[in-house]
Amino acid sequence: MDSDTLLARITDYASRPDPYPLYAELREAGPVVRQADGSCLIGTYHEIAALLHDPRMSADPRSRGETTRKPPFLRLDDPEHHRLRTLAMRPFGPPHSPGRVDAMRGEIARLTEELMGSFTAGRQVDIVDDFAYPLPVTVICRLLGVPRQDEPQLQEWSNALVAAADVRPDEDPTERVRAGQQAQIEMGAYLIDLAEQRRGHPTDDMLSAFVNEPDPALRLTQEELAQTAILLFIAGHETTVNLITNGVLTLLRHPEQLDHLRREPDLLPRVVEELLRYEPPVHIRERIPHADIDVTGTTIPRGTSVVLVLASGNRDPMRFHEPDRFDPTRPDNEHLGFGGGIHLCFGGPLARVEAQSALGALIPYLDTARLVEDPPPYRQNAMLRGPRHLSVHL
Amino acid sequence: MFGDLKDGHIVIVGASLAGLRAAEALRTEGFTGSLTVVGDEPHPPYDRPPLSKQVLLDKAAADTTGLPMRRDPGADWRLGVRATGLDPFKKRVVLDNGESLPFDRVLIATGTRARPWPNPDEAALDGVFTLRTRDEAESLAERLAAGPQRVLVIGAGFTGSEIASACRERGLEVTVAERGPAPLVGALGGTLSRLAAVMQLNHGVDLRCGVTVTALRGDGNGRFTGADLSDGSRVDADLCVVALGAVRNVEWLAESGLAAGPRGVACDAGCRAFNMYGIVTDDVFVAGDVSRFPHPLFGYQMLSLEHWGNAVAQAEVAAHNMVNPGPLQRPHLAIPIFWSTQFGFNIKSVGVPTYSDHVVIAQGSLEARRLAMVYGYEGRVTAAVTVDMAKSLDYYRYLIETAAPFPPPPGAADRAIAADVPIPSDVPDPKGLSHGPTVALTGYLPDRRLTVVQPTG
Repeated sequence: MDSDTLLARITDYASRPDPYPLYAELREAGPVVRQADGSCLIGTYHEIAALLHDPRMSADPRSRGETTRKPPFLRLDDPEHHRLRTLAMRPFGPPHSPGRVDAMRGEIARLTEELMGSFTAGRQVDIVDDFAYPLPVTVICRLLGVPRQDEPQLQEWSNALVAAADVRPDEDPTERVRAGQQAQIEMGAYLIDLAEQRRGHPTDDMLSAFVNEPDPALRLTQEELAQTAILLFIAGHETTVNLITNGVLTLLRHPEQLDHLRREPDLLPRVVEELLRYEPPVHIRERIPHADIDVTGTTIPRGTSVVLVLASGNRDPMRFHEPDRFDPTRPDNEHLGFGGGIHLCFGGPLARVEAQSALGALIPYLDTARLVEDPPPYRQNAMLRGPRHLSVHL
Repeated sequence: MFGDLKDGHIVIVGASLAGLRAAEALRTEGFTGSLTVVGDEPHPPYDRPPLSKQVLLDKAAADTTGLPMRRDPGADWRLGVRATGLDPFKKRVVLDNGESLPFDRVLIATGTRARPWPNPDEAALDGVFTLRTRDEAESLAERLAAGPQRVLVIGAGFTGSEIASACRERGLEVTVAERGPAPLVGALGGTLSRLAAVMQLNHGVDLRCGVTVTALRGDGNGRFTGADLSDGSRVDADLCVVALGAVRNVEWLAESGLAAGPRGVACDAGCRAFNMYGIVTDDVFVAGDVSRFPHPLFGYQMLSLEHWGNAVAQAEVAAHNMVNPGPLQRPHLAIPIFWSTQFGFNIKSVGVPTYSDHVVIAQGSLEARRLAMVYGYEGRVTAAVTVDMAKSLDYYRYLIETAAPFPPPPGAADRAIAADVPIPSDVPDPKGLSHGPTVALTGYLPDRRLTVVQPTG
């Protein structure tokens, strides 16, 4: 088949259960694969890594002429990106809040136990709805300072926003985009209102930290606060759900590794790293060059939509030995699961803690568990790929 | 046919980062013979970067910086013992306790020590310190915790600047005396050194540049009380840290016939030591701070790097080549990288900034205190230094690796206005890095151009 239809075939829902043969085709045709719509696909590890670090590559959709409001820092370039990311990082991680993520370990473990309360042998559970979804949502709500009872409403807004950002080449995006914009406005207003309630009455959460920052030079504007909080809410759970679910699915498909892990629980952090390589939650990121850029002899003109297929880079045999093998003991596992460069995943440390906690607690239950359906039904999204449901018979 | 390389007896002299990593790598590479590691300090291998940072800030105790072992190298550790000689004929390392260790292959990883204050009487004053070892860091941290009135730091290279930064963070008064026009100028050149000076001044450092310390003063009871400077001024202080760089630990090799001199032990790209005639040895290897090796990206000059990453990378290459035959041997081609944290800034360097004639600020700005400075030599990129912009380093490393044209291409969103205007890098002439071919070859000073070694016994 023609390589200029690869993006359409990758994003086709039929490819969702197993996009990896298409990624292999992409790497074969690569490293720069022109698509019929003018975009460029990149699927080889070293080229993706180089472009992720290249300061000439823009993450801002306005760089290819798209007219939109100023996006959140995930899709901004330096120096704006740096300012907002740094301000968001202050209450979240080092150097200003070095213990924040670690301090959540106990709470994450408690939540995990709570969610597994109904897990008993012989029962059928949905790993997504009963476990992998509520865990990170609850964690990110606590972290931001969102009351648990408002979570379903946030969820609805979040779904609309994620759908608006999805790549579906064969579909008219007008209605999805409109719904996304509406959700953006409503969710932003809600979060600003919530943060305002904390002004002068801080509770130990990030919204409180944002509005009670004493240094005026380090404060977010209301709009920035809304956008940052929306970004943290969505990025803080959309991905982790998939990481945990993909983890359970992968371990059930590799009983020998599950057994290995049971014998050597210390392997858990490396299992999570290997999952981030082998079945990463984020498959695709887009960048736009600010100048004509040469990639191994091919010039990508400025303004081109460059689609970096991170999950393909993770399976590049030029970088990883036997890349299609799930091997937690793999040395030198510098995967692209968290991206790279200035946009390297902000929440990576939290995602690791959540996934390690969740999988560690589930392992005893997976002994006799079996998949009800393999492959499971997948979510629509090709960029944030993961099962919609994962029914397991315990 | 080369199976015997995996067996036999290997001695590693030096039990620090390079020594430990080489020992681990030898086992990973399948070495099954006996392994002896000699170290002159009583401590097992420990990490040095925290000594001038967390330890001085009292955020970590000096005895907690031990290096984790990635695997047990199954070595016979001889700690607290100093090697005093290497006999290439009898293939033995001689120790100061009279023992002599036979070897089939030996790795020299003796590193460096702090350059002492040149006047021994003044250096012996109570309150005068150098900072290189764990014990030195421990003593210095204790004195800082006791709350001295003023600390004098002599030398504003990376170590001196980090010490000054730690003092200020602890609220201590500190004077820094630097011979050059600004801190870090020898390593990073004029433009960044001006930023370094501003950083120090903004943090309340009493910075004296363009001066040397002519004498350290005591109170008559052997306690340090202050120093005289070359501009005629005097600094009253009760603690002094001499940060004048490092001396390579090569004296023990004086009679070995190796190309070992004040600038280090010369070796080829495969970490094999040269003898003093410039002939490569087969069984003597070198790694870490004590080595000097040719690097193709920097004119094949004999580089000597006091970098954490170089010690690790070179140790791994040396270990590989010690147990593999010629056709399977690897070169040490790692791009130099180092970092420093001081005055709240994260400074990272890739390449060799001193191997340059011009620089540009490619991203960010001095005003923003966040920038990427790119160094070029004869029209290609040879180094980059970032200040609070470490995530850009990989990009510049790639430009260095591929000998990309200098200045780097436009297009960065945060590209500086001045990015197209190269200015002189204001570093010592790169041609001088190796100090001429004669010395490069033998490592000895020119007046010792040839020495005849007589086999004994």
